[in-house]
Amino acid sequence: MPEAHSRVNDFAFKLANVNGTGSASANGLLMQAIFRMGIPVSGKNLFPSNIQGLPTWYEIRVNKDGRTARALDYDLIVAMNAQTYARDVEEVRSGGYLLFDSTWPLDKSLLRPDVVFLGVPFAQLCVENFKEPRERILMKNIAYAGSLIALLDIEMSVVEELLQETFGKKKALLESNHKALKLGYDFARQNFELLPFRLQRMDANGDKILIDGNTATALGALYAGCTVAAWYPITPATSVMESFKSLCERYRKDPKTGKNNFAILQAEDELAAIGMVIGASWAGVRAFTSTAGPGVSLMNEFLGLAYYAEIPAVLVDVQRVGPSTGMPTRTQQADLLSCAYASHGDTKHILLFPANPAECFELAVASFDLAERFQTPVILMSDLDIGMNDWVVPRLTWNDSYKPERGRVLSAEQIEKLGHFHRYADEDEYFVTPRTLPGVSPKGAYLTRGSGHNRLGGYTELPEEYQAVVDRLAQKHRAAAQFVPAPVIDVSRSSRGKGKRGAPFSFVTLGGCDAAVREALDLLAEQGILGDYMRIRGFPFGAEVEEFLNAHDVNYIIEQNRDHQLKSLIILETGIPKSKLESLLYYGGFPMSAGLVVEGYLSAIGKQDGAGARGLGGIHEALSGAEG
Amino acid sequence: MPSISKPVAAPTGSQRNDIGLTLRDYEGAMSTLCAGCGHDSITAALIRSLWELSIQPHRIAKMSGIGCSSKTPTYFASGAHGFNSVHGRMPAVATGAAAANRGLHYIGISGDGDSLSIGLGQMSHAIRRNVRMLYVIENNGVYGLTKGQFSASADIGSKLKKGETNQMAPIDPVFLGLCIGASFVARSFSGDKQQLVPILKAALKHRGLALVDVISPCVTFNDHEGSTKSYLYTRKHDKPVAQADLVPPAEEILAPIGPKGVTTITMHDGSVVRFSAVPEGYDPRNRAVVLQYLQERQTQGVIPTGLLYLDESVPDMHEMNNTTDTPLVEVPFESLCPGSGALEKLMEDFR
Repeated sequence: MPEAHSRVNDFAFKLANVNGTGSASANGLLMQAIFRMGIPVSGKNLFPSNIQGLPTWYEIRVNKDGRTARALDYDLIVAMNAQTYARDVEEVRSGGYLLFDSTWPLDKSLLRPDVVFLGVPFAQLCVENFKEPRERILMKNIAYAGSLIALLDIEMSVVEELLQETFGKKKALLESNHKALKLGYDFARQNFELLPFRLQRMDANGDKILIDGNTATALGALYAGCTVAAWYPITPATSVMESFKSLCERYRKDPKTGKNNFAILQAEDELAAIGMVIGASWAGVRAFTSTAGPGVSLMNEFLGLAYYAEIPAVLVDVQRVGPSTGMPTRTQQADLLSCAYASHGDTKHILLFPANPAECFELAVASFDLAERFQTPVILMSDLDIGMNDWVVPRLTWNDSYKPERGRVLSAEQIEKLGHFHRYADEDEYFVTPRTLPGVSPKGAYLTRGSGHNRLGGYTELPEEYQAVVDRLAQKHRAAAQFVPAPVIDVSRSSRGKGKRGAPFSFVTLGGCDAAVREALDLLAEQGILGDYMRIRGFPFGAEVEEFLNAHDVNYIIEQNRDHQLKSLIILETGIPKSKLESLLYYGGFPMSAGLVVEGYLSAIGKQDGAGARGLGGIHEALSGAEG
Repeated sequence: MPSISKPVAAPTGSQRNDIGLTLRDYEGAMSTLCAGCGHDSITAALIRSLWELSIQPHRIAKMSGIGCSSKTPTYFASGAHGFNSVHGRMPAVATGAAAANRGLHYIGISGDGDSLSIGLGQMSHAIRRNVRMLYVIENNGVYGLTKGQFSASADIGSKLKKGETNQMAPIDPVFLGLCIGASFVARSFSGDKQQLVPILKAALKHRGLALVDVISPCVTFNDHEGSTKSYLYTRKHDKPVAQADLVPPAEEILAPIGPKGVTTITMHDGSVVRFSAVPEGYDPRNRAVVLQYLQERQTQGVIPTGLLYLDESVPDMHEMNNTTDTPLVEVPFESLCPGSGALEKLMEDFR
């Protein structure tokens, strides 16, 4: 292919594999190599809830302008799974390429005239060159990575470096990997021309890092000084605690005694996990648990206790697809309402919405500060896409002047000065009352209870005493709006050239939809449609959120759930008229794409035929069948 | 649970313990349980045990779930923090608190509904974790606050006041505890303070979870003829088998290797539990022997009581976790946060 026509650093490709065959390491290798070439990249692992034998995909998008939300069109698909072969062929963009294992003859009915088929006999090459059956399977993955290195122009030196770092002293493994890599590479170089799209080193990544959200969340908990963590294994939250554990093993050993400055408790269920967190926080340490939707459902009763008895608690909800067991390995933002109002009776919680791993780190720390300042549960609303995929984000940094916000906890001296300590009296300007910790002073003793209590902390069944406390709790929750992270607002598109703030419409979103929605606004701006952007980062909603929504005639609330939960929360908790709020929803379980947002929007304003368009619901239908 | 202050002139003992406190200093608010409730006798035994051991009241943490039993924390040690949590979930809250601050004496008060039905899982796992705490089950075979339904500890053939007969096998916390590795198992009767106080004292000294099942008759809903948790029935069938006595470390132990029937176990702080009135062939250190003995006697309708089993060598939660000796709540933030330099370095792992 002539060099002049080649598209540099702007394409997407997808790897179709069978899970449990070792493809993850090959795919990770490709992703990391591209990252090290300084090119903006994203990788989305679309995996099944299974250990071995079901279809799994890995999508990589590179974009020199940093638009790395999930792509919908694939310039190249590596079809290594016979089970999904037919649909993988279908998903190649017209004019695109399909790399397949030509060891076996190709079913002629699958051929497409508008797609170039590139056959490499991966299985045959591996059988001829490796002895062990398991090695033959594993090395097939490295072989296709080798072919891609040739086809896409990935720098071999970067790949060599990565292999060296991974296998280092394991000589035999290093050798096998090299051999397999070369098999695929040489075959592609000898038999194919370069593709019309390729990679070329640039310097867009600076000193950025490649990290998943669950690791970043665990790092946040480590840096916030959390010492007690309790959990029950659940996809996709498990790696939060696994990371926290390995970080603690590395950084939290007492240098003198070798003993642990932490306690991580694997609980019998999620009820116990949150109960332990509440007990530990009550006793005065920073404690947290991580779970997914099913765990949150189980934790409801305890969350109400912590809210009513005013005990700090940090809960990380790595959201997955519900209801019920749902699709455990797919992503969604569908726990908003169940978390905002978790538990019976009048309860409201503080929610934080990170958009990427960097914010997982930052907001995990903020969660502990808020939980202690307001003596209440704080739920960090991550999701599977953020939590389990590797993202390119700015390097995490730490300010050593950070002091944990411990809130109103009385010291022995302060208690001594008081005539009488009453747990729910003496509120400050944010409606928070001082608490005491067990073991500190006999004068600070009180009985914590989830039963009706008055401002003194005593049991009550009197209407006015009960109401005084729950009314203050509502005020306290409202006060927290000033402390949750401010929304990210971008009005640059509409004000461009006009010097005037504000477009008639906006896109409002949260969490991991960030990149896709901003890209959608860029794409619309290219068509002359100028919209504003807001990403909400916390609940309760602050004044800025309301001002922004009020300033626009129509706000499209873009979220990943069926029941427009964010929109509902806005309607319930602000004075924004319903007429100003519209929904664009996608909830099929894969990460959000800009194409979906654009088409959904155009369809909503009648510029595109809804029935024929690949609207938000349409693509969901199209993709949902891909589940293995 | 309404709390009523006691009159100032209550005639309790004025004798002072080693830290200068009277029994009165270990009391709480006036009980609002029914007159004659077994739970109140347990409270009195707890007050005496804490006083005798000279434990600082504010170094106690009183944990409970929901039910009549779980009201008990209000009635003793008013100088201690208490936590009346949610039904069946006291063990988790106590576990978390004990993880955070290993320096306190944790006393969990539960009931047969709270621990053997809704909270069976949590109790079992707290036992497995060997959380250092005194875990009292105030066992009356019946749900009191909801007015008299059977609980999971009701014996086969036991009758409700209205005549209904229980046909399901009971969950016996003593057997359960022994089978899942409990390191301290006792059963007593709320009406036998002589037996109960030494058991509670030994339990408070135990390094691990001390499970103390106390038959505590419900005078309102389960003290009638036909009940197997009544005062009359328990008095008739109670057979003390392993009378325990706690000898503090300072006191000379007169019979460390005692005559036949006397077994001693040294506790972690050096105090010694001395068993007397131990029947021939019974050994409170041998789990299999204890299980067999209890099985045989209970089949005959006998309720063996006493400090039935004790193993001081089982590692507790913190030992298993290799937690630092300083309570985590006292470890300063500076020792917990690795700082900017470490993060800077760590970031290289993500390149």
